[in-house]
Amino acid sequence: MNLIEINNLKKYYATHKAVDDISFSIPKGSIFGLLGPNGAGKSTLLRMLTGIYYPDAGQILFDGKSFDPLKDVGLIGYMPEERGLYKKMKVGEQVMYLAQLKGLSNSDAKNKINYWFKRFEIENWANKKIEELSKGMQQKVQFISTVMHDPKLLILDEPFSGLDPINSLLIQDEIFKLAENGTTIIFSTHRMEQVEEICDHIVLVNLGKKVLDGSVAQIKQDFKKHLFRVDFAEPINFAQVATHHFTIEKSQPKSLVVKLNEDSQTNDILRHFINQNVTITYFEEVLPTINEVFIEQVNKTGGILA
Amino acid sequence: MNKIFIIIKREYLSRVRKKSFLVVTLLMPLLFLALMIVPALLAKNSSSNEKIVVVDESKLFANRIPDFDEVRFTFSDQPFDSLRNTYLDKGYTGLLHIPQMDLVRDPNIVYYGKGQMSIMTQSKLEGKLDAVIEDIRMERAGIDKSKVEGIRSNVNIISKTGKDEKEGSAGLALAIGYGSGFIIYIVLLVFGMMVMRGVMEEKTNRIAEVIVSSVKPFQLMMGKILGIGAVGLTQFLIWIFLIWGLSFSLPLFFAGSDLTTAQSAGNNTAMMMAVKQISVIAQSADWGMITFCFVFYFLGGYLFYSSLFAAVGSLVNEDPNDAQSYTFPITLPIIIAIMIMFQAVTNPTSQVAVWGSIIPFTAPVVMMARIPYGVPGTVAYWELILSMSLLIIGFITTTWIAGRIYRTGILLNGKKPTLKEAVKWIFKNN
Repeated sequence: MNLIEINNLKKYYATHKAVDDISFSIPKGSIFGLLGPNGAGKSTLLRMLTGIYYPDAGQILFDGKSFDPLKDVGLIGYMPEERGLYKKMKVGEQVMYLAQLKGLSNSDAKNKINYWFKRFEIENWANKKIEELSKGMQQKVQFISTVMHDPKLLILDEPFSGLDPINSLLIQDEIFKLAENGTTIIFSTHRMEQVEEICDHIVLVNLGKKVLDGSVAQIKQDFKKHLFRVDFAEPINFAQVATHHFTIEKSQPKSLVVKLNEDSQTNDILRHFINQNVTITYFEEVLPTINEVFIEQVNKTGGILA
Repeated sequence: MNKIFIIIKREYLSRVRKKSFLVVTLLMPLLFLALMIVPALLAKNSSSNEKIVVVDESKLFANRIPDFDEVRFTFSDQPFDSLRNTYLDKGYTGLLHIPQMDLVRDPNIVYYGKGQMSIMTQSKLEGKLDAVIEDIRMERAGIDKSKVEGIRSNVNIISKTGKDEKEGSAGLALAIGYGSGFIIYIVLLVFGMMVMRGVMEEKTNRIAEVIVSSVKPFQLMMGKILGIGAVGLTQFLIWIFLIWGLSFSLPLFFAGSDLTTAQSAGNNTAMMMAVKQISVIAQSADWGMITFCFVFYFLGGYLFYSSLFAAVGSLVNEDPNDAQSYTFPITLPIIIAIMIMFQAVTNPTSQVAVWGSIIPFTAPVVMMARIPYGVPGTVAYWELILSMSLLIIGFITTTWIAGRIYRTGILLNGKKPTLKEAVKWIFKNN
């Protein structure tokens, strides 16, 4: 079951096509990565998903029904990349205000504030002004105000920017917990190691078009280069590695990365070294990182990496 | 609708709760009163601080120049040439030299002083000297002074306007027109700028995008405009209340202290007479109509301009200098309005005044200058209805245009858009 289905979505500006015929779907309860270089059309796409922009053409289905920005706004929590809070406002009032704008009643909002402030151990901040808090503390408040109304869809654009490792981990844990409880999360970022750690499913966009779509594991399989790493107990010499089964990509005295030739099997590598009478201590297929796939695909589709 | 109310509430409370709001609201009436009372107190209590020695070579004026205000005159028999160098050392602040004169031509009287004589003192002194010379000339010509006094006339025109011949006072109309036109002018600028700064804050703080994911940009803009408008109304209500209260209590206080002095009884009856006269004139004004029009043009003008200021705020990035170049096209018509208003208070039926009070860009300020002269006497009903309708159409239009610029501008970071681009946004779909 998909929470979001996007069909042939288009948004054109005077000078360029920000989103040009993009379709994909997001399974309920998944953590979905939306990737792309700067200016690829991610923000426009997210703004259409939050109802800030209307698409020029195409359709967004939310939980099987056509997305209605006015009604469904309470079901979405959006933390934009360019985000902020009223500097002179007190933390408690600020969170209350944003909750009310999402349609929460006074008493519901109070309960939620108590719950989240306790959870993040910030009960004593309620009467502090935003400007008195550090950037990381402000981010926590921002996160609370985004998730407080229990959105079905949580959209996080670069949620970890400006966070120290400890708070990053805290937010990351919360994201996992929310996903376990059934919240669908769209996660947009440049930091690929986080994508691999967090996301189940990714879509890569470039120049307004979808370039890649699939689960993280599947994409790694799809773009594998048949590379294998083999480690040895003692240094090996050149004569020992001459074969038609593979070519050497990288070499160190006790470790090789080899590329398997077509028509050869994985076991041919092992068999070759066993026949050479060297001791193998480690053997693994080297899958591409999402970062490598990202750079390769963006370069291939003509984007400039910023 | 409910969400607009939440926004209005925040905009209103966050401003009204500020200390600066309380300070300004309480200090303004005090400042206003101080401006009225302090000069009066100063005039009452000041002792003479100008001493002028007079060398009268014509021997015509001997002790006929009375002291006035803060100026004291002393006549001296010493020759002018010696006094000219020593009058300062002798403790005088000035020296008046009246040479021999033939009483046919006007004399050349010269004042020597530490500093320039004030324009008020000079004209008063000239009046006194003229009176003396005129008296002497009349005597020489054999004219009886009392007869001349009897001949003098002092015409006072009372104007009665309309079919019911209502008595009016041009002076009062001018004062009310000037005052209310000026207040609206200030309101447009001060609260318009407040709206603009509020929008800029949301844009530079980057909270705008968070909020427009919950409400429509138009709701956010209207919430801010209405919230700040409510702040303005609150402030005015408090001021009217305070000024009304203070102006009642203060005269009582002063009157009480005055009673101890001997000649106060006379002063008080004169004061009572003046108060009575003022209240008679004040009753002649059509207060109902003036109040209704003031509130209408106050709100209409505010809505007309504040949405434009909001649009400008949405275009500006961090640099406050950008704001200046964008606000100029908006402040210009307001400044033109106050210039037309200056003319309209003295000449309320001139072409400029009539059209200035109809065109919505200048109407809120200019019309208020004309209303006190009387509806339908000076301002015809059709003019008022046309002006009000155009203002309503006007603020709906500006709000619509501003809303369309705002919703794009508020989310745009980085490059500052040109005016041409902003105009394009008006016709763009979101």
